[in-house]
Amino acid sequence: MTDMPPDAPIAPPPKSRMRLALESDVFYTFRRSPVAVISALVVLVLVLSSVLAPWIAPTNPFDPSSLNLMNGFTPPMEPNAFTGETFLLGTDDQGRDVFSTILYGMRISLFVGVAAVTFAMILGITLGLISGYVGGWLETIIMRTADVQLTFPSILVAMLIFGIAKGVTPVEYRDQMAIWVLILAIGLSDWVQFARVVRGATLVEKNKEYVQAARLIGRTPGAIMLRHILPNVLSPVLVIATISLALAIIAEATLSFLGVGAPPTQPSLGTLIRIGQGFLFSGEWWILFFPACTLLALALSVNLLGDWLRDALNPRLR
Amino acid sequence: MTAPVMSAKGLTRHYDVSGGLFSRSQVLRAVGGLDFELYAGKTLAVVGESGCGKSTLARLVTFIEEPTEGALTLDGKPVTRADWPDLRSSVQIVFQDPYGSLNPRQTIGTILMEPLVINRPKMSGKEREAQARKTLGLVGLRPEHFDRYPHMFSGGQRQRIAVARALMLEPKVLVLDEPVSALDLSIQSAILNLLVDLQDRLNLAYLFISHDLSVVHHVADDVIVMYLGRAVEKGSKEAVFAAPKHPYTKALLSATPRADPLAKADRIKLAGELPSPLEVGAGCPFAPRCWKTQDRCRVERPDLQGDAHLAACHFPIGPDGA
Ligand SMILES: Nc1ncnc2c1ncn2[C@@H]1O[C@H](COP(=O)(O)OP(=O)(O)OP(=O)(O)O)[C@@H](O)[C@H]1O
Ligand SMILES: [Mg+2]
Repeated sequence: MTDMPPDAPIAPPPKSRMRLALESDVFYTFRRSPVAVISALVVLVLVLSSVLAPWIAPTNPFDPSSLNLMNGFTPPMEPNAFTGETFLLGTDDQGRDVFSTILYGMRISLFVGVAAVTFAMILGITLGLISGYVGGWLETIIMRTADVQLTFPSILVAMLIFGIAKGVTPVEYRDQMAIWVLILAIGLSDWVQFARVVRGATLVEKNKEYVQAARLIGRTPGAIMLRHILPNVLSPVLVIATISLALAIIAEATLSFLGVGAPPTQPSLGTLIRIGQGFLFSGEWWILFFPACTLLALALSVNLLGDWLRDALNPRLR
Repeated sequence: MTAPVMSAKGLTRHYDVSGGLFSRSQVLRAVGGLDFELYAGKTLAVVGESGCGKSTLARLVTFIEEPTEGALTLDGKPVTRADWPDLRSSVQIVFQDPYGSLNPRQTIGTILMEPLVINRPKMSGKEREAQARKTLGLVGLRPEHFDRYPHMFSGGQRQRIAVARALMLEPKVLVLDEPVSALDLSIQSAILNLLVDLQDRLNLAYLFISHDLSVVHHVADDVIVMYLGRAVEKGSKEAVFAAPKHPYTKALLSATPRADPLAKADRIKLAGELPSPLEVGAGCPFAPRCWKTQDRCRVERPDLQGDAHLAACHFPIGPDGA
């Protein structure tokens, strides 16, 4: 009648983090899922090429000195009638290389998306932790606000916030501030999901005895939330963040397409689609087509990756 | 007789349980008027059915919750809420569920050093680690377990880790809330032996909470039997086990499996379920389930009576067993 002798080989000696990651279940299901592998590759290529845009892009579309109006409306892969220059994906009305504008536009789309999701995540996690752990009237206020906000489509919320923020910024700063206002608007329209999920997980975790034990050794509520509960509620947050990123990229494109997002001086993919849309019926299809395809590929692959991650991290769905 | 490390007088905890929208809020008496003393090197066991307030008692004694009424004294000094931070080191707890009581994202080393980080800020990192490793050895684990995560351990090993964490601040009182109930029978005795051994070495006072009388028999010096938040019997282990005075205690004992199958005592089957702690009337709380109930039991609540071996019963069972 003994306990497992303490020296029983229960677990092999700890491996390096890299080995652990490569042998984990999550990585195993990743390799077994062609959709996940392909989406990850697409995301990787798109992210890398937008980060490296200044080195990859043939021209800098924001540098007026490099532009030649004579190059306007050059179709893809055909030499221009006046200058003889050839462009992989053609040029727009001002002679800007579409391939370059896409690379730079994707940069802005990704930046806005990542920044907005990060903002939404920090806000949502904080409010979710507080309402789950502290409870009381704080919880009531936070969760009721969330409920009310959920009854509006988030794009409307974003437009509303965008409009208000734009109204209070002085005219001369509007174009500079547009990107930040966009991030704020999309972020504020998207925190609810994070807050709900984190609150739910916090309610479960806070009743576990390790939290009581932490209270008993004198951890303050703030430290308990940050050190004990937060690490244990992060995996659903990761899933939501990925899916939210796809939604944020689409929301940004929608706002920019509607003309209330990124300004033409800093065009995102949505701005490019809006510009291209004006030439669709006059035959210059490439100005719209290539940015739209890029947006589709980006949003779809991020979304598929998020779907896969949700299945992989949720054992009940497997 | 030595002075008690900790004593409780009239310890009471009520909860306001608000009903639905249309019912008025009610008072649930989870713990009602408990008196007891804990002595260094001795074990006081608290036994009772599920829901009788054992864990609530544990939370009161470990300063997680404040008593509604009554008071605790530690080393002869009355405890007030303002003292809680200073007293944390003196009273620690081991929980029932070894799977919920360790943070899955922390290594054993981090878990063991955390109490020191907060309560011994002057200690250097090296000293903390040295003490954590020493305690790890004390509970029968090995040095290489220091950097592992809780999921790599069995239930019994996890409970050893939980005991080690409770010992990090060198407490005087250890509250054990059903420390072996979640473990396999074969592992239970190893953990119980460890606890007995640690008590001898460190001169700890134990408040041992359990619903399992055979476990209590193994470790207790004194026993309190609780029913719906109240003590119904209190005395030395020998007295309570050999000659229970309260019918409830006798019923509990008769339901406990014995090692000797021939000593098949008449098993007393209690009528009815454990009543809701909200619906305790004026009389003896046990009266609805008792086979000795008389009119007096339904109207007048008995107090604990006796010298060393006390029982709260109007018609206690005599030495003849009737
Ligand atoms: N925070 C609370 N609010 C309201 N009621 C509570 C609270 N905590 C405990 N109770 C009630 O107090 C009573 C005693 O609960 P407690 O957890 O102390 O029982 P227990 O003896 O430990 O039971 P178990 O053996 O199941 O662990 C129960 O009826 C429970 O519903
Ligand atoms: Mg309990």
